[in-house]
Amino acid sequence: MATEYAFPDNAAKTADASPEFQTEKMSVAMGPSHPSTHGVLRLNLELDGEIVTKCDPVLGYLHRGDEKIAENMTYNQFVPYTDRLDYLAPLANNVAYAIAVEKLANLEVPARCQAIRVICCELARISSHLLGLGAFAMDVGAWTVFMYQFTEREKLYKLFEELTGARFTTSYTRIGGVARDMPAGWTDSVLAFCDQFLPILDEMLEMLTRNKIFTDRTVDVGIITKADAIAYGLTGPNARGSGVTVDLRKDRPYSGYEQYEFDVPVGTKGDCYDRYLCRGEEMKQSVRIVRQAIKNMPAGDYYAKDAVRIFAPKKDKVLTSMEELINNFMIVTEGPQMPAGEVYFEAENPKGALGFFVISKGGGVPWRMKIRAPSFCNLSILPKVCEGNLLSDVVAILGSFDFVMGECDR
Amino acid sequence: MTATADVPAALKGKFPQVTARPSGDHPAINVPLAETKALLQILRDEFAYDFLVDVTAADWGVDVSPRFSVFWHLFSTKEHTYLRVAADCASDTEPAAPTVSDLWPAADWHERETYDLLGVTFTDHPDLRRILMWEGYPYHPLRKDFPLAGIDTPLPDEEVGELTGASAKAVPMAGGPFVAKSGKMNLSEAEPRAKDESWSEAKEKPASE
Repeated sequence: MATEYAFPDNAAKTADASPEFQTEKMSVAMGPSHPSTHGVLRLNLELDGEIVTKCDPVLGYLHRGDEKIAENMTYNQFVPYTDRLDYLAPLANNVAYAIAVEKLANLEVPARCQAIRVICCELARISSHLLGLGAFAMDVGAWTVFMYQFTEREKLYKLFEELTGARFTTSYTRIGGVARDMPAGWTDSVLAFCDQFLPILDEMLEMLTRNKIFTDRTVDVGIITKADAIAYGLTGPNARGSGVTVDLRKDRPYSGYEQYEFDVPVGTKGDCYDRYLCRGEEMKQSVRIVRQAIKNMPAGDYYAKDAVRIFAPKKDKVLTSMEELINNFMIVTEGPQMPAGEVYFEAENPKGALGFFVISKGGGVPWRMKIRAPSFCNLSILPKVCEGNLLSDVVAILGSFDFVMGECDR
Repeated sequence: MTATADVPAALKGKFPQVTARPSGDHPAINVPLAETKALLQILRDEFAYDFLVDVTAADWGVDVSPRFSVFWHLFSTKEHTYLRVAADCASDTEPAAPTVSDLWPAADWHERETYDLLGVTFTDHPDLRRILMWEGYPYHPLRKDFPLAGIDTPLPDEEVGELTGASAKAVPMAGGPFVAKSGKMNLSEAEPRAKDESWSEAKEKPASE
């Protein structure tokens, strides 16, 4: 089953020598609009026959200048822009951003808010991994999984809509809390989803795990060694597939992740198949975390009450109290008031570690905000991985990377 | 030597000019630019900071000197700690920093991005091209003197530009993102307003063509 492709140097040399059979390398532009490039990634490939000899990724087709925009608006105004980074897991981005800014303000949110955020992150992880899995399977020729996972994602979107009011662009967090508490009965709907989801997930994974066509396309394809994964800055399931045992939820617990029991799946070989297995298992672990979070859901506030100049007061108070009206006005116009300083926070998002480096000079607007996008870092290893592989394997490798250009190009 | 050790103190012997940098969270150090590369290598090999998370830079403002600082964020996959390394660029007009892409291949794209958006060149980088903006784009958009709306620029494809007469236009900012100003000022100045740089209450709107 091992797929070792030798460079056809000798064949090429003999061919060059004979005048009637001249070969030359061919350049192929794959993308920016190509179904397997998952958005607008373009690969300038140099091919020798079917074998890739050089791969040059071209980025920037989806560059919106998010970092520049962040410097020109208040902290809360930027929350909707974080939805559009990894647009398959907007809730997880919202949470990562809010925690980064709260660290700047040295603000601790109540336990209930943390638990709500954990549920959000894990549901977002399931939703993102489902699509990653479905699209990967489709890229290598298995259509059915895509249909199954879209049905499940639809159920998740219903839950997101109940919670945040939006299916895709959730904008759920605020600096110092979340926009609103969970609606009554929502946790029961989430538990019901979890109960019916696990058997379906097993069914989906069964369709791939021992599927001969799928394993032929993925096992031993696109191997990334552990040393390479670290050197190239890979994070998330892509790094863990290569045996890097880093999961920020375990290693740098945030938002109360230290209370939950869950395992971190790690691959051994680092090929496309290992990355697939990691994602499959991570979804099961996410369900475990969600169940624990709901079971131990603390009572209390969903926002930090003491964050007077940061979290906008409730509407009924704004309409009845002069003090709160002024406070609300100041937070909306000038933004949540932050001290000067520099913080870097990264959260374990579905795609990897999403980091925000915030430099503040005080006030409601950041001086500089650098977004460390996991897809950007994960893709930087592409030229190395693709070289020497078949052109059709490039499709499998891209699928196994599960990247999103929205956060890669920012 | 491990990543949990007090890094600035431990480095004092080899690099006397290293100072602790104020930080809201992780340990941070200031380093003279010339020593950054040697220092980052020692951090990687001897302090177990084996993972380069991020390379970026900040523009402190047109009138400030030193104007640019470069930041490296390191992470230890064994100790799970972060470290921020910062260095000021010597030149305010042509900022430069040594590349670490030979120490961590991950730095390759980060440095290209920093060059692209802030115009900091990384000496000895093997392939310092733009990465998010197109090749030949004349500005560095994250610099503070670059307007939010953008600047009218020829299209990346000259031929198309010549044929159609089109160009990459600045965004009309009226109705665009609102910007609140903070600080001690009266409310009519601090209120959020569309950040249109061509006209305001004080400066009349140009007559439409």
